[in-house]
Amino acid sequence: MADTLMTREAMQTLAKRILAMSTADEARVNITSGGTGNTRFAAGEITTSGDTEDTVIAITSTVDGRRASSTTNLTDDASLKRAVDMAERLAKLSPRDPELVPELGPQQYRAVDADNADVSNLSAAARATAVERLIAAARAPGGAMPIDPATLFVAGFLEASSDARGVATSKGLFAYHASTSVSLSCTARTPDGTGSGYASAGGRAWTAVDPAGLGRRAAQKALASRNPVAIEPGRYTVILEPRAVADFIPGLMGSLNARSADEGRSAFSKKGGGTKIGEKIADERVTLLSDPFDPDLLGQPFDSDGLPLKRVVWIENGVLKNLAYSRFWAQKKGVEATGGGGGGFGRNPAGLKMTGGTKSVDELIAGTNRGVLVTHFFYIRSLDQRTVMLTGLTRDGTFLIENGKITRSVKNFRWNDSPLLSLARLADVGKAEPIEAGLVMPALKINDFTFSSLSDAV
Amino acid sequence: MTSRRDFLKTAALGAVAAAGTAQIARAGTLLHGSSSDTGDPMANEIALAAIQAAKDSGASYSDARVGRYRRQFIAARERQVTGVSDSESFGIGVRALVNGAWGFAATRDVSREGAIRVAKEAVQVARAARGATRTPVVLAPTPAVTGSWRTPVQQDPIDIPIEDKVALLLATNEAALKIPGVRFANSGLALLREEKTLATTDGTLITQTFVRVGPSFTVTAIGDGDFQSYTEEMAPRGSGWEYITSLDMPGNAPRWAALAAEKLTARSVDVGRYDLILDPTNLWLTIHESVGHPTELDRARGYEANYAGTSFVAPPEKMIGKLKYGSRLMNIQADRIQKDSLSRCGWDDEGVAAESWLLIKDGVFHDYQTVRDQAPAISALNGVKHSHGCSFADSWDSVQFQRMPNVSLLPGEADTTIDDIVADTDRGIVIKNRGSWSIDQQRYNFQFSGQVFYEVKKGKITGMLKDVAYQARTPDFWNSMDMIGGKRSYWLGGTFSDGKGEPGQSSSVSHGCVPARFRQVNIINTARSV
Repeated sequence: MADTLMTREAMQTLAKRILAMSTADEARVNITSGGTGNTRFAAGEITTSGDTEDTVIAITSTVDGRRASSTTNLTDDASLKRAVDMAERLAKLSPRDPELVPELGPQQYRAVDADNADVSNLSAAARATAVERLIAAARAPGGAMPIDPATLFVAGFLEASSDARGVATSKGLFAYHASTSVSLSCTARTPDGTGSGYASAGGRAWTAVDPAGLGRRAAQKALASRNPVAIEPGRYTVILEPRAVADFIPGLMGSLNARSADEGRSAFSKKGGGTKIGEKIADERVTLLSDPFDPDLLGQPFDSDGLPLKRVVWIENGVLKNLAYSRFWAQKKGVEATGGGGGGFGRNPAGLKMTGGTKSVDELIAGTNRGVLVTHFFYIRSLDQRTVMLTGLTRDGTFLIENGKITRSVKNFRWNDSPLLSLARLADVGKAEPIEAGLVMPALKINDFTFSSLSDAV
Repeated sequence: MTSRRDFLKTAALGAVAAAGTAQIARAGTLLHGSSSDTGDPMANEIALAAIQAAKDSGASYSDARVGRYRRQFIAARERQVTGVSDSESFGIGVRALVNGAWGFAATRDVSREGAIRVAKEAVQVARAARGATRTPVVLAPTPAVTGSWRTPVQQDPIDIPIEDKVALLLATNEAALKIPGVRFANSGLALLREEKTLATTDGTLITQTFVRVGPSFTVTAIGDGDFQSYTEEMAPRGSGWEYITSLDMPGNAPRWAALAAEKLTARSVDVGRYDLILDPTNLWLTIHESVGHPTELDRARGYEANYAGTSFVAPPEKMIGKLKYGSRLMNIQADRIQKDSLSRCGWDDEGVAAESWLLIKDGVFHDYQTVRDQAPAISALNGVKHSHGCSFADSWDSVQFQRMPNVSLLPGEADTTIDDIVADTDRGIVIKNRGSWSIDQQRYNFQFSGQVFYEVKKGKITGMLKDVAYQARTPDFWNSMDMIGGKRSYWLGGTFSDGKGEPGQSSSVSHGCVPARFRQVNIINTARSV
């Protein structure tokens, strides 16, 4: 890990140094500085572990309506000057950008306290101790175990990061945000290769992670999922655990782009022109939002332009309330920019939260006559942008529910379904839980989820 | 105009002004100039200081990589440029083996002091891991080497004037937008130059320069309440600018754009079983996912269980020489030497010389992809004592591990073309280019799509289809292959972004193949209504 995080003052000084080198009409500097420590384990032992540190500086220059950027991680004056010159030269060589929006001047930001010393100070030795605790808990005997838990194959990954991010413009804007994040995940596999279980946790603080609890949970899933039986692919009621929902629902984010919708190439394009904002697109229990100030998210309060980010509700009680507007598209449409670009596949600097209800996963199971419980998903890819149709597979603990109880382990499935269409087929919603830093999702019960074929993979 | 001389001048400016920090100035030369046979003296010195410090701190083995990565991206949509960027990243990563456990540390401070500091840190990290490491790491032997290697190119893509690059993209988009119904056109160029110096305590000291280019092009046609896109499969290559110009993007764009417009009126596929004729532009990715990944030894041994997954090609003792992977026509070669390929190198990131070997021979599984700390686990089974040279790290701050070499389907003996295969097929579908792709964590169940699909009836192409994806189980699929193309129909596809590992790393890999037919494969329809 980096010994010390770059302070606000140090970052501002560095940004000023760079901006002073600029001869462009406008310039912007984006700085990310920080360190990461990680420990990887498999077969019940640590396989690799590393500490890295870096500072990356991106300079974006605008000259005569033309814009380009250059990035470097060298912070001596000569290298910075070379990067500034490169951005300006590339800008001058580029054609005029008709969609250019001027750089922003000074902005007001509300601070978000997302920097936890217990993560930034987590040493390689502390990581190793946590991993040993996880492995020991996974392999501890307890209850009526069908096989000796000491024989479980345990693999996983622990990562702790600490970052300072800043934006500065030649028009006087300066934004700074420090944050930490930690995540620990593990997979336990039975020696006969027929059972596999997964558990993960993460957040801004080390207290978000309980290594022994994760080890136990993965082991229990592995043991319970042994010898799965094949059931016919088809449409099933599914209960997606929060991790599976976090794999699936953020797939919508890329489609929540206002421009694509206005251009007629999105699931949120209205036939005949315009967007579906204001239309009911999901069950009324569905609310999806991004909010850097939400204590469960603690996101970054500005985007890469330095635009302050606010709470944006994408879907409220099933109604599409907002799409992501870039500054250019917002100006063109006469609305307020949401910032954060189009969102990409599920990531937004302000975080993402789907609000939930009050039920635990066990209560959702108890209320299900026949269904399939899914631990998490794998290899999700887009199939059809028109309906946000995706494909993927279940993994590491897939179970049949009959009469309110888990009755057996079933073989994994390939599924073809859409988070958008699924949210319209919602049967029930569980309690929202933190999944990782900046991501909160509930368990969901969805009707008629399409499992299209069986997978032999364990 | 920017010329190569201008770029060199920029580099020289940096070098002169950075006289106070000699290591950076010298490395500036390393980036912009050309390497001598002995590599850059300053990078060599710093890497050697790092491994010496690791050794002095108690490492039984250590390697240090000084890496400089230069990347240029240019993107255009319709008649405007949406992004021009140029990035460089420079740093050193040190790996240390202490009492059989690995430790790694990296910094952008490429000075003698910085290198020694991270070398000691790598040793500390290894010591911390020692408590939870029960099986000591054993490295396969490899001879010490010194020297340099460079991707053979005629024109370094970074040195081509930016105006030429922008003009190429805008001309491509303009040509596409002339096609009726086509409303959007996106094109882009990703151009990379990577310079790496590796020193190991086994006595290896090498410098390599890699050049890679990746063009892209996608068009969207809008119809009545519908839209269809087409992405041309322009393989990224380990080549120079001459490869980009050989593609004649502006000349071909109207033909590519017309395909998007034609898709609007294509017939939606009827589900069922069809004989599948896969063009090399589609098959390369199926090879990557269903042959490339499962034959990685670290996956087979469970080392990727928590993320990328394991493999159905396990355990090794039951697989090598025994698993009937596919039909007798299936011969799969792994290599890091193929001309223009993305994985081509002189040596891997452990200093092991590039080579070529068979993964699958006449349909039977033959061997895995290996690195130094994995090869000894199977040497008694495959009779190979050395690593196959598959070690790679995507950056100076990433630890090297097993990554896929080029994995290719070898041509058949007969001079068969895709037209011959179509003529021989009674009811089938031809699929071109990559569409959606997904495969399970043991590489059994896969589902792939494409960009364009043609219906084949009684040996003739009868029209275009849409909404097509094929689903299969890997061994069933490869065992159903009954016809393949000859040498003349061989084509090299590939990707810039193959993900694996935690933290995630991205690697570039090529896959050569010929067209092939697979019997009675399950076809699904991907369309739904909102």
